[in-house]
Amino acid sequence: MTTATTTGARVEIIDLSASYGRTRVLDGVRLTVEPGGWLAVIGPNGSGKSTLLRCALGLHTHDGMVRIDGVPAAGMPRRERARQVAYAPQSPVLPEAVSTRDYVLLGRTPHRALLAAPRASDRRVVADVMERLEIGDLADRQLRTLSGGEQQRAVLARALAQQPRVLLLDEPTAALDLGHAQQVLDLVDGLRRQDGLTVLSSLHDLTLAGQYADRLALLSAGRVAAEGPPDEVLTAAALRTHYGARAEVVRGPDGPAVLPVR
Amino acid sequence: MTVTTGSTRAGEAHVDRVRVRSRRRPALVLGGALLALVAAVLAGIWVGAFPLPPGAVVLTLVDRVATALGGGHVSGGLDATGTAVLLQLRLPRVLLAVLVGAGLAVSGAAFQGVFRNPLADPYLLGAAAGAGLGATLVIAYSPAQEIGPFGIVPLAAFAGALVGVGCALALGTAAGGSQSATLLLAGIAVASFLAAGQTLVQQQNTEDLREVYGWLLGQLGRSQWSDVGMVLPYLGAAVVVLLLCGRALDVLAVGDDEASSLGVHPGRVRLLVILAASLATASAVAVSGLIGFVGLVVPHIARRLIGSSYHLVLPASLLIGGAFLVLCDLVARVVLSPAELPIGVVTAFIGAPFFAGLLWVGARRR
Repeated sequence: MTTATTTGARVEIIDLSASYGRTRVLDGVRLTVEPGGWLAVIGPNGSGKSTLLRCALGLHTHDGMVRIDGVPAAGMPRRERARQVAYAPQSPVLPEAVSTRDYVLLGRTPHRALLAAPRASDRRVVADVMERLEIGDLADRQLRTLSGGEQQRAVLARALAQQPRVLLLDEPTAALDLGHAQQVLDLVDGLRRQDGLTVLSSLHDLTLAGQYADRLALLSAGRVAAEGPPDEVLTAAALRTHYGARAEVVRGPDGPAVLPVR
Repeated sequence: MTVTTGSTRAGEAHVDRVRVRSRRRPALVLGGALLALVAAVLAGIWVGAFPLPPGAVVLTLVDRVATALGGGHVSGGLDATGTAVLLQLRLPRVLLAVLVGAGLAVSGAAFQGVFRNPLADPYLLGAAAGAGLGATLVIAYSPAQEIGPFGIVPLAAFAGALVGVGCALALGTAAGGSQSATLLLAGIAVASFLAAGQTLVQQQNTEDLREVYGWLLGQLGRSQWSDVGMVLPYLGAAVVVLLLCGRALDVLAVGDDEASSLGVHPGRVRLLVILAASLATASAVAVSGLIGFVGLVVPHIARRLIGSSYHLVLPASLLIGGAFLVLCDLVARVVLSPAELPIGVVTAFIGAPFFAGLLWVGARRR
């Protein structure tokens, strides 16, 4: 029952511009993620990937508009937005001496009165989500004692406990080794396919981005330099221009693979 | 240390204790703390220059209630002198100790949650310095001793505490919105300024030094029912608000960005909690002076017993804080009887070794 009650929403980012002080970090960004689609935002360090996600959540002041299924996100009450959009930041703040179950329960916050105790239905959603992400056995463990991969799954579980229609993931694999990175991405892909969740993520690993996302957007200096299917966006020329990198792009069965060249 | 991080060094000591306590444990701890509070109250009433045995005290109170409700008399209570000591001296004093201890401890826990800083205490945002300045000013300059039924010193201390916190909030908000680090620094600035003012007034009026000093160290010796009546409405309302905010503070523990993404307005929660905690602190300070240590350490004791979730830490701090201050007051009355020790000295003398012991036990368990 639980997470499968949702279907993905269309996310439209329209002429989004944002600054830190006088430094403009995003400049007229236009992107659309179809319902159930996965758009991965790639780009060199400092290109504005994280800021884009933070703007989509309303955490950073911006010009332009973000629409969730046609409704401007800025006009939504925060609780309502939190039922539509869940967010897993690049470096989540992990509270001390809190059990994994209690941490995942925080995801139910937008579904209950802020001052009230969690209901039985909240606990059921949390148990389901944790089972699904295979961290059910870790429910009573303190969050801080889990391994990096387990913590990443706990953060993802908290986001899914919101029963969102859109998942915003900022570098979900940043702290993970290749195996755990694939595990998390497989998981997100499975959720997307089963529930029709819309996924908007930043990913710094280009090969993984190309293998998992159905569309890529290459941000460079705050602008969208290229947007489209992985094969079109990931080219040796683009990597040279925007990353200053020497690399070959090899066509693989699951998408293009980026091979650095000395 | 850094001020705003959710990850605090102190907390990493717990980390190796891998299994979080079983789910029945919170109810046991809260029940135990409630029993401790009741026991402390009975002991606080019992012990003193004129001992009042708990059995007779309970019977006297039952008799009073029964008579008031129009029922029959219950015999076996205290004699007339005992009843007078109980009702006029011991009871208001012990109740006030419960209120002040509970209020300071809950406020301390709330401040620690709001600022995500284990070193926060209720006096952090200028409440203590403001109250100190207010009290010193009226002790030095006010011709009147009372306004209506209330003493002038409690009123000035109450107003001073609120003014101090108000200045810190205004300055912090003007400087950087509702971010906790900015607020904290604003509080430190305001507190230093007001404390300097207090020192200046005190230096100019050395003949009042003794009275000012006595107030600063904290005192419950002159407790009356009017004191209880004065603090109860404010303190009670503030404590209810704080207890209700426990779950919201738990959400704030994941940081402002993530709390926002969960549908919470961190700035609003923080403001509400700071206002309520400051009101509780100001009420407590008004009737008891500056009693240190309770607001800082009781929340840590509660955390050691019941875990880090604020919806449990707050009620546990409330009960433990009340019991702790009643016992400290008991010691303050008894040790040099008939003279009294300043209660602020006793809280630190008893609390510091006790807390050090807890830390030591916690470290050994790793």
